[in-house]
Amino acid sequence: MRDQRFSELRLERIGRNFGEQAALSELSLTIRGGEFIALLGPSGCGKSTALNCLAGLLPLSSGSIWLDDRRIDGLPPEQRGFGMVFQNYALFPHMTVRDNVAFGLKMRKTPKAQLRPRVDEVMRLVRLEDQASKLPSQLSGGQQQRVAIARAIVYEPPLVLMDEPLSNLDAQLRLAMRIEIRRLHQSLHLTTIYVTHDQEEALSMADRLVVLRDGVVQQIGTPDEVYAHPANRYVAGFMGYRNMLTFDVASVSSGTAVLAAEDVRLTGQTFGPLETKRAVAAIRPEDIVVDGPPPNRIEVTVEVVEYHGREVLVQARMPGGEALYFRTEKRLAPGDKTTVAVAAERVLVYPSDAPAAPQEAAV
Amino acid sequence: MTTATGTVPGAPGVGRQSLRHRLADRGIDRVLLLLVPGVLFLALLFVYPFLYGLQLSFAPKDGGGLLANYQNFFSDSYLRDTIWTTLILGVPAALFNVLASVPIAYRMRGRFRGKRTITTLLVVPIALGTVLTADGLIELLGPSGWLNKLLRDFNLVDQPVMLVHNYWGVFFSLIITGFPFAFLLVLSYLSGIDPNLERAASVMGAGWWERFRRITFPLLVPGLAITFCLSFVLAFSVFPSANLVGDPSGSTRVISIAAYHAAFEQFDYSMGSAISMIMGAIMLGIIALVLGWRSTMFRGATGGKG
Repeated sequence: MRDQRFSELRLERIGRNFGEQAALSELSLTIRGGEFIALLGPSGCGKSTALNCLAGLLPLSSGSIWLDDRRIDGLPPEQRGFGMVFQNYALFPHMTVRDNVAFGLKMRKTPKAQLRPRVDEVMRLVRLEDQASKLPSQLSGGQQQRVAIARAIVYEPPLVLMDEPLSNLDAQLRLAMRIEIRRLHQSLHLTTIYVTHDQEEALSMADRLVVLRDGVVQQIGTPDEVYAHPANRYVAGFMGYRNMLTFDVASVSSGTAVLAAEDVRLTGQTFGPLETKRAVAAIRPEDIVVDGPPPNRIEVTVEVVEYHGREVLVQARMPGGEALYFRTEKRLAPGDKTTVAVAAERVLVYPSDAPAAPQEAAV
Repeated sequence: MTTATGTVPGAPGVGRQSLRHRLADRGIDRVLLLLVPGVLFLALLFVYPFLYGLQLSFAPKDGGGLLANYQNFFSDSYLRDTIWTTLILGVPAALFNVLASVPIAYRMRGRFRGKRTITTLLVVPIALGTVLTADGLIELLGPSGWLNKLLRDFNLVDQPVMLVHNYWGVFFSLIITGFPFAFLLVLSYLSGIDPNLERAASVMGAGWWERFRRITFPLLVPGLAITFCLSFVLAFSVFPSANLVGDPSGSTRVISIAAYHAAFEQFDYSMGSAISMIMGAIMLGIIALVLGWRSTMFRGATGGKG
């Protein structure tokens, strides 16, 4: 097999329209060989469209795709040589597991002498060596998933595309497969683009994340960057900043802003000019501390307490009537009055009028 | 069962509930009882005439034992050969209809503008009926039809090309009426195959021919077998076109003509029944062959859920 490694895959302002509607617009991204990229966003955000465009299953409306210095966006899928894992697996129901896995190699006219050991090797890799002669319908969901992965990596494609591969599995299996995919990526170093709507999945697996919304890139960055410094309030909401409090801007100085409402003053970080009169403070439930130190102390009344094992998730009311969610190990009961606090660097302040304007997305 | 349903309307709420549950426990869905009139109707219209014909075929008009009709049929080459005549018409016509449907339906399996119009156009011949089709065929392909006029005007032939009132006339008629039927069936079988399977195959490096050969066709074969059986049954019982655009006393003297001849021209109902029974047996035999072969193929779900 010829070496299909590349050093760089470049997407240059790729876009795809369905009729009048832009499902994906102006996605530019440079992927280094061996990288694990997650495309993250809710359904309808364009992440699957992007993946299908990369695979060649959907033609581009604009832009170009380059593998090093070779332009590939005009090639049909069978000439791109990528591997793809489909959401519903798309295993060939009339072929045994072994034939499913061998399919890509047969299409590459791999000699029989090399084909068999290679298939055996990959089946061992995904721990399916005992299921080789079964039909896909005789396998469990997790096993089918592993066949789909084996089938996509057996011919060592330069790029593996995964379209929400874990969304049909139950929670426990999903965790196990997550580690499995990560393990495969670490041992094979196959460049992978992974589409998901699950931020936890994306954060735990990917080297870099691309957060999409309505076909527009919101932020590109490492899990750490995206988690700690969401580019806008939309990304923040997606990254677990469950509290989005809209207040008046009291004062702004370099990098910090003070927001004020009835009985509450919040000091937080800003990431750009804050020209609006009102602003959104994004706070993660786990960053809020009961009886914490000032500033940012808020009096709340506990309304709902959800048991989460070591911690509880509390929904409380602020003096102005806004809901505030926080996690604590304290045993609170509905009706309790308490004071919570949050460190100023854990309060992210975004302009309130623009939910996700493209200029915000600039990274 | 009828007594059980009879008690239902009068029974109070609790009894009604428990009766339904008791029936359900024995695997009886009460709603299925609605099928009873249908089944009775079918028995009256189909099973009874069939059994009547069967016993009639064993009571020859001129005596000679139970099997005399059957012995006559197989010893008289004029009668016996109608089997061959029918098969040589029906099997190729059915095969052609099925095989020609596959590439067209394959091209049309996706969604595209104008699909509904094309489908409608293709279906029209089913609604036309055999007589209208035969008229059209004679008008088009007959000795003084458009085709022959054209050929003669261009001095391509001296004698008109005989395309009706022989084997080919019936063959064309069977295709005009049978093809849309086969096409619609094949199209629906094709639409039942998860399009992601072909997409997956193409990403793995399969060009269109490999995708068709290794993925779509194998999954389609069971459907093709059924389509062939139905097309064959339609073609095998060909009667009107064999008379109208065929050569009913010679090359297209099909078995149904022989049966009609015996029953309604010689008024030997017993012999007519016997020929019908033979006809049925041949059809069932061919269907059993095809379905037997089909059972060796993959028949699971063709959807991607696997």
